[in-house]
Amino acid sequence: MLRLEARAQPSKLMSLLSPLLALVLTALLAAALFAAQGKDPARGLAIFFVEPWSNLRQVSELLLKATPLITIALGLAVCYRSDVWNIGAEGQFLLGVLAGGGVALWLTTQGIVLPRALALPLVLAGAVLGGMAWAALTALLRDRFNASEILVSLMLVYVAQQLVNYMVFGPWKDPAGFNFPQTKNFDASTWLPNLLPGTRLHIGLAIALALAALVWVFLFRLFRGYQLQVGGLAPAAARYAGFSARSSLWTALLISGALAGLAGGMEAIGSFRQITPHVSTGLGFTAIIVCFVGRLHPLGIVFAGLLLSMMVIGGELGQSRLSLPNALSGVFQGLLLVLLLACDTLIHYRIRIRSALAAAR
Amino acid sequence: MDQLALLVAATLASGTPLVLAGLGLLINEKAGVLNLGAEGVMLVAAIAGFAAAFATGSDTVAFAAGAAAGAVLAAAFGGLVIWLNTNQYATGLALSLFGYGFSAFVGIGFVGHKLAERTPFEIPWLGQIPFVGPALFRQHPMVYLAIVLVLAAMWFFYRSRAGLVLRAVGESPESAHALGYKVRWIRLGAVVAGGALCGLAGAFLSVVYAPLWVEGLVAGRGWIALALTTFATWRPLRVLLGAYLFGGVTMAQFALQGAGVDVSSQLLTMLPYLATVLVLAVISRNPAWIRINMPASLGKPFHPGA
Repeated sequence: MLRLEARAQPSKLMSLLSPLLALVLTALLAAALFAAQGKDPARGLAIFFVEPWSNLRQVSELLLKATPLITIALGLAVCYRSDVWNIGAEGQFLLGVLAGGGVALWLTTQGIVLPRALALPLVLAGAVLGGMAWAALTALLRDRFNASEILVSLMLVYVAQQLVNYMVFGPWKDPAGFNFPQTKNFDASTWLPNLLPGTRLHIGLAIALALAALVWVFLFRLFRGYQLQVGGLAPAAARYAGFSARSSLWTALLISGALAGLAGGMEAIGSFRQITPHVSTGLGFTAIIVCFVGRLHPLGIVFAGLLLSMMVIGGELGQSRLSLPNALSGVFQGLLLVLLLACDTLIHYRIRIRSALAAAR
Repeated sequence: MDQLALLVAATLASGTPLVLAGLGLLINEKAGVLNLGAEGVMLVAAIAGFAAAFATGSDTVAFAAGAAAGAVLAAAFGGLVIWLNTNQYATGLALSLFGYGFSAFVGIGFVGHKLAERTPFEIPWLGQIPFVGPALFRQHPMVYLAIVLVLAAMWFFYRSRAGLVLRAVGESPESAHALGYKVRWIRLGAVVAGGALCGLAGAFLSVVYAPLWVEGLVAGRGWIALALTTFATWRPLRVLLGAYLFGGVTMAQFALQGAGVDVSSQLLTMLPYLATVLVLAVISRNPAWIRINMPASLGKPFHPGA
């Protein structure tokens, strides 16, 4: 008979092993799913776990996709550590695309060609402000009206998606675009500089890694970050210490809004270079998984960002090579999070095997 | 007049999935479990129902398939949050993400297929009354069943012993446990029943309301249903009224377009989501009121003492 027994102390080892265990279980289920689809499981697994690393071009695409995932997840880690449940990062990301892309589009249509050292900060500042403004709506409704930040932030994702559609079907539609719902291409002076010649990889990756270091410093070396985490772990203790829960709420949401917005801006001028209805690809939701798999820790998030990016790329490769539906990637991502949460039980409990006889005694 | 009758009828139809899902989530929450996976459960049930209807042509089979799919997913969720004490927010969210991917994956072969429009069931005599008949009494049977289920839930919660036990589990699991009730099993029962109702809601969307399958068909209704329980301050009858109110908001966009109001369709599509945010803010404004009405153990894990 299997029994869960509480550990005296949470296990540090299990906290690190749990994501790996979840990954192995996900891979096993994935193999079963490939077999059920009549595909060779070994080939399927290779496409999801090996091929994204197989050559420079693939690796650069993997890093490209990991950039927004890491950036968004860093902000979410600050939120979740503060016990603020912002699940609407996708909406904040889209506002970053709209605001940052809007600046780039305005420069383009006005024919203003600024030096990059001026144009990029302008665009990215717009993106950050856009993301913050969208997150601020959630903070305001939570703070002043006590409305659940979970539901409000999520509802605002749907609103943001319609806002993107409205802009590209309406005011921002390219007049010379054969009536397609898309904006003009941004002027090259607003593009993010390339990091690796011959690939699409841009300096956003360097920005994301630098931000990981900054968020680490904020969370673990600054008093403000400490206050936030105390509020998340022990609200009563935080109150007793005089830390304001309201200010923590605002700080956490504004930081995560800013980072999600920045990710949107970097995607807008790094990858899309125009705005279409297809800018919403669910990266903001995948980033939630990145955040949990990365143990809400900046370093873990960098690794988890690479892992989830690999699964996204694997989905695309599976579609082109094995004609598997791209949705498979979403199945694996969801499974990974479910299994991770289940495996996390081992952090606080150990499994004891007892004979029926011992149980009866 | 005829236009108005049709609008009322459409409001009832578009409110019905919210009635069913809202009621299911209400049962969950009365027992103390918050299921943020409603959206995912509804999506998987929607494709299960659609596939069943596509294969058999029977609504009954379709709804059974939807309810079964919902119950199975909810049972998995229940096992995780009730026995392994995983975080309810994170687990529900994981279920929603999984449900989105899984339904899209399973449904890939059904995109572009359309089911026949369901013939409404006309209640004898009442259906013939001018205006009132076409507005209220010519609907799919599930619309009436949803109302009956709400009435049944009212009786269950406030007039039956089992309902009292369920509410006790949600208000104070420790006391219920001390009295000898099996808190975990009662919670699991509530979660599975709630999942089955969310499943009916999903199947209604894909089989009766749409009636077709596209990726993400549920379009946030699972989340709106979650907001509905707060809006209803955890009372069944108010869930019913709230659901029709949201159904009405959804229909209002079509009415506005029909009336020739020159607003872009994208802005009108925002309406139900904005209405949800607005309503949440208005209802939650008074924290004390929420505290009084909310099941006291909602979202909190329960560890029975050894």
